[in-house]
Amino acid sequence: MNKVSMTVNGRTVSADVEGRTLLSSLLRDDLHLTGTHVGCDTSQCGACVVHVDGKAVKACTMLAAEADGADVKTIEGMANADGSLGVIQQAFRDYHGLQCGFCTPGMVMSAAALLEENPKPSEAEVRDYLEGNICRCTGYHNIVKAILAASGQQVEAVAAE
Amino acid sequence: MYNFDFVSPGSVADAVSALQAEEAQALGGGQTLLPTMKQRLAQPSTLVSLSGLSEMLGVSSDGGVMTIGGATTHATVAAEAGAYPALAGLASHIGDPAVRNRGTLGGSLANNDPAACYPSAVLGSGATVVTNAREIAADDYFQGMFTTALEEGEIITAVKFPIPEKGNYQKFLQPASRFALVGVFVAKYADGVRVAVTGASEDGVHRWSEAEAALSANFSAAALDGLSVSADGMITDLHGTDAYRAHLVKVMTGRAVAAAA
Repeated sequence: MNKVSMTVNGRTVSADVEGRTLLSSLLRDDLHLTGTHVGCDTSQCGACVVHVDGKAVKACTMLAAEADGADVKTIEGMANADGSLGVIQQAFRDYHGLQCGFCTPGMVMSAAALLEENPKPSEAEVRDYLEGNICRCTGYHNIVKAILAASGQQVEAVAAE
Repeated sequence: MYNFDFVSPGSVADAVSALQAEEAQALGGGQTLLPTMKQRLAQPSTLVSLSGLSEMLGVSSDGGVMTIGGATTHATVAAEAGAYPALAGLASHIGDPAVRNRGTLGGSLANNDPAACYPSAVLGSGATVVTNAREIAADDYFQGMFTTALEEGEIITAVKFPIPEKGNYQKFLQPASRFALVGVFVAKYADGVRVAVTGASEDGVHRWSEAEAALSANFSAAALDGLSVSADGMITDLHGTDAYRAHLVKVMTGRAVAAAA
């Protein structure tokens, strides 16, 4: 067993984990932060994207032990302090950027990482950045619109119809 | 996946000794190894994590040579290897953003997947693979699909890339996996042109010597006109036949030459 401690959504947590425990398992099974979804478990679908030290990573393809000492942020950390939806979450709601909702946590976390790197992305840049996030409802168009809206841009001006 | 001991060494020296344990294996960013272990295609007893080793991180350039630490992620290479645009461009299109934030140069080279991007840059640049024990020329390093010159427990600490006058990497994406169906790295140096092909051959990454000779005489896509690539030894799978891949090698080489900067 490995003793790990890390910050998750601003809270210090520690746990004893097996070598094989994935970060996604630690978040979901031990910390009960089930907003991080596991879709494919093969690092292709992106439903499990979280931020580790500010970088988007697939939590199903990182060991919990590798996150020892890290600052982790999950979808549960994206709301405002008063519990209202964060800017990206609100934009997903406003633009109907989700259908079944399964991919949404990963989409929001990838979107947040994109806007951190590139605050005013073009539509093409948004689509390119979402290469590793799969929506099996194929609702990409509204997801892209939501992210453009969250960046403060006029969606009509930058998104193809 | 089967359980294992996880070791996080504080130095390359500690990592080398940890790798002496029976069935121990080095863990880079884990973007290939962890999925492989989930499928139980690999079951090491110990994983030795290299990602936190500061000795193996970073990008620097000096005297026309770019040195990149073995534990440097693709995202960092994409962002910081601007002095070698072809290499930064290649790194910026591996996998997806989240994979690029974890996957490492050393991990990719140690695995030597026949469809990986980085091996073509290393072979196409005539780079030097630096390990904890020695330096290995790219032409000696790659020894066929998933096979390299690395000894048991040997760690890639850095790679030294001579920066070419011009270079470019073009890959034809396998549309589902986004690995290279065929990728070609072209680099023009004062003493000649190197062309390295990934994704195509059953022997893994390899040089295309006829194209190198033609492009060394005349660095233009037209110089390839009279050449043809044999389908012998090319990969055939459900994504493409050997003849299709052979055709793509020439097409992608031409595109890389045309785009070289």
